[in-house]
Amino acid sequence: MYRYDEYDQHIVDERVAQYADQTARYLAGELGEDEFRPLRLQNGLYIQRHAPMLRIAVPYGNLRAEQLRMFAHIARTYDHGYGHFTTRQNLQYNWPKLEDVPEILRLLASVQMHAIQTSGNCIRNVTSDPFAGVAADELIDPRPWCEIVRQWSTFHPEFAYLPRKFKIAVNGAAEDRAAIQIHDIGLDLRRDAGGNVGFRVLVGGGLGRTPILGEEVASFVPWQQILNYCEAVLRVYNLHGRRDNAYKARIKILVKALGVEEFARQVEAEFVHLKDGPSTLTQAEIDRVAGRFTDPELAPLPPDEDYRARLADDKGFANWARRNVRGHQLSGYASVVLSLKKPGIAPGDITAEQFDAVADLCERHAQGEVRVLHEQNLAFASVREADLYDLWQQLRTLGLATPNIGLLTDIISCPGGDFCSLANAKSIPIALAIQDRFDDLDYLHDIGELELNISGCMNACGHHHVGHIGVLGVDKSGEEWYQVTIGGAQGENASLGKVIGPSFAAAEMPDVVESLIRSYVDNRNEGESFVDTVRRLGIEPFKTRVYAERASRQEERKTAHA
Amino acid sequence: MPEIIKNGQVHADEWTVLRLAADEDAAGAGLPAGRVIVPLAVWLARREALLPLAEAGVLGVWLAGSDDPAALAGDLPRLQLIAVDFPKFVDGRGYSIAALLRSRYGYGGELRAIGEVLRDQFFYMKRCGFDSMQPPAGRYTHAQLEAALASLRTFSEPYQGAVDVAEPLFRRRPHPAPAKEKA
Repeated sequence: MYRYDEYDQHIVDERVAQYADQTARYLAGELGEDEFRPLRLQNGLYIQRHAPMLRIAVPYGNLRAEQLRMFAHIARTYDHGYGHFTTRQNLQYNWPKLEDVPEILRLLASVQMHAIQTSGNCIRNVTSDPFAGVAADELIDPRPWCEIVRQWSTFHPEFAYLPRKFKIAVNGAAEDRAAIQIHDIGLDLRRDAGGNVGFRVLVGGGLGRTPILGEEVASFVPWQQILNYCEAVLRVYNLHGRRDNAYKARIKILVKALGVEEFARQVEAEFVHLKDGPSTLTQAEIDRVAGRFTDPELAPLPPDEDYRARLADDKGFANWARRNVRGHQLSGYASVVLSLKKPGIAPGDITAEQFDAVADLCERHAQGEVRVLHEQNLAFASVREADLYDLWQQLRTLGLATPNIGLLTDIISCPGGDFCSLANAKSIPIALAIQDRFDDLDYLHDIGELELNISGCMNACGHHHVGHIGVLGVDKSGEEWYQVTIGGAQGENASLGKVIGPSFAAAEMPDVVESLIRSYVDNRNEGESFVDTVRRLGIEPFKTRVYAERASRQEERKTAHA
Repeated sequence: MPEIIKNGQVHADEWTVLRLAADEDAAGAGLPAGRVIVPLAVWLARREALLPLAEAGVLGVWLAGSDDPAALAGDLPRLQLIAVDFPKFVDGRGYSIAALLRSRYGYGGELRAIGEVLRDQFFYMKRCGFDSMQPPAGRYTHAQLEAALASLRTFSEPYQGAVDVAEPLFRRRPHPAPAKEKA
């Protein structure tokens, strides 16, 4: 993964000093509450339900062993012994003290990490495909481009106070694992007919109160011009995005209001002045950045016979391999997903002990590197097939080998009302109750690919709109209720789910999910996934089943109480 | 006398910013005595009468976040001071307006940030082409303003190009690789 040079380190160190000074001025009363808020947000610090919440950038989801160990140390020293991975490939601590944050940032800087622009109305942490560089379907490695965009957007003086948050994602594979359609700018790396590298540019995607999928504003921007083009998009947004209403301030609203053609025309008019300017990228710069990704040279290996034999012998291992092991560009290697979705654990939570253990394991088996998935899991990018059995056993001891990747219990969930001050309802107990209901692995495997996403409020941190089943916590006169959508999807066939009807009480949610699953199992064609069945049949049969079974449960309860 | 930051130093300042009341008419509004910075609307309504004052260096124009700097494009050589208003310090339109005035339209006179201007914005403002910053009256003591000069130099080597240094870091590095482009 990318290693800082002296300039990168210097900028992060200067940021630590700047923020320490701002915190000191705030504590001394020289900076008011309202003045300090945007400054601390641009350093990842929220004031949350229990304490400040600190969000640390994991640029495009890449981590090293020493960084994991620092996470463990910070978790033990300044938090309650664990951290939480978010749907944006970041790590959050829920309990740091405001006074300690400058010291935490100093510790992070010592391992080339920071919390720069992980919140606030600025360009956020760039996200990408967690399997970048190793995915079998990769066309162009997106990581150097992510790093170039990261550097360009870090402390960009013109775009630090945008109308709203701004998220950029980069994809370089056939399958879109970066969810570029739900980002403010989605960059799709591709080659033109002549083999030249460039970007298809989508703008205006986002979830939240008004979920919208991004639209194409440029079919091919040559790589040399990509920063100039992004600058044009950001400038049009900065000058013309709405600032009167936070709910209408995202770029997606501007794109909708103008229409994508008019928006693209305005960007083009701006781009004319920026094209070929000083920010035009050079091959030397691409090579320099790519050269700082210190991937070890891996030689292809013959397929491992023992691995195949173990798969045939050991059902537990085979189950895990089927769900948690992925193909690799090189023969003899695989990528391994570590499930942070063990039943009974809040999705995305990881303890200090697990951090340390994962650091050891990645040094032993995965070139000292870990990837963070937006589904709130971790992955080892390159593991030798010969090591998989041993690795599985060790992961099992750590509680990181739940064979549920892509299945119903691999739930994406925001921290919800237990932690987040924005939430209308809890998310984690709903996730845990559903995991608890579906504890039969064979049944889970039979249900197959199913993404269940839970958000505790309209801000949609749990990406409920693009879950095959989406759950949204809503507040109804002080009570927590849950609205259910089905048919959403992420990736290259992204779609937004449809609401099935009136919302449910928390206690009903496992039953509701079970009704949906039974409806799917009864209606599916051979080999058809849940979301494809919804797409084929529409939401009606699901809706009818869910509310009919709900009514009969209520009837039974009445009879029982009579 | 109020103090501002100008060219990296604390200065006493004698300019008055004219702000029109909601019902006040740009064409008829009275101008305060002395050096005055008028809203764009006043400038556009009374340009002929105000031009001599601008050329004499006693009248400047300020732009609101919603104003298009193109409206001043033809007058830039005659103006010695343009101000850009920050109605809230988190309203970032002024940064783009400043960048456009400097880079697109080539404005070379004094460019001043007015309104809700905090020291924590100085670095970005300087990078976008502001050479003077005027925090709200009374926001900082003289000593605080002197201390705030440090905020102009928060980061020594920023990554991206901007108005103050147009070349991004990858073009400024000590050993630039050959510019040959082959991808």
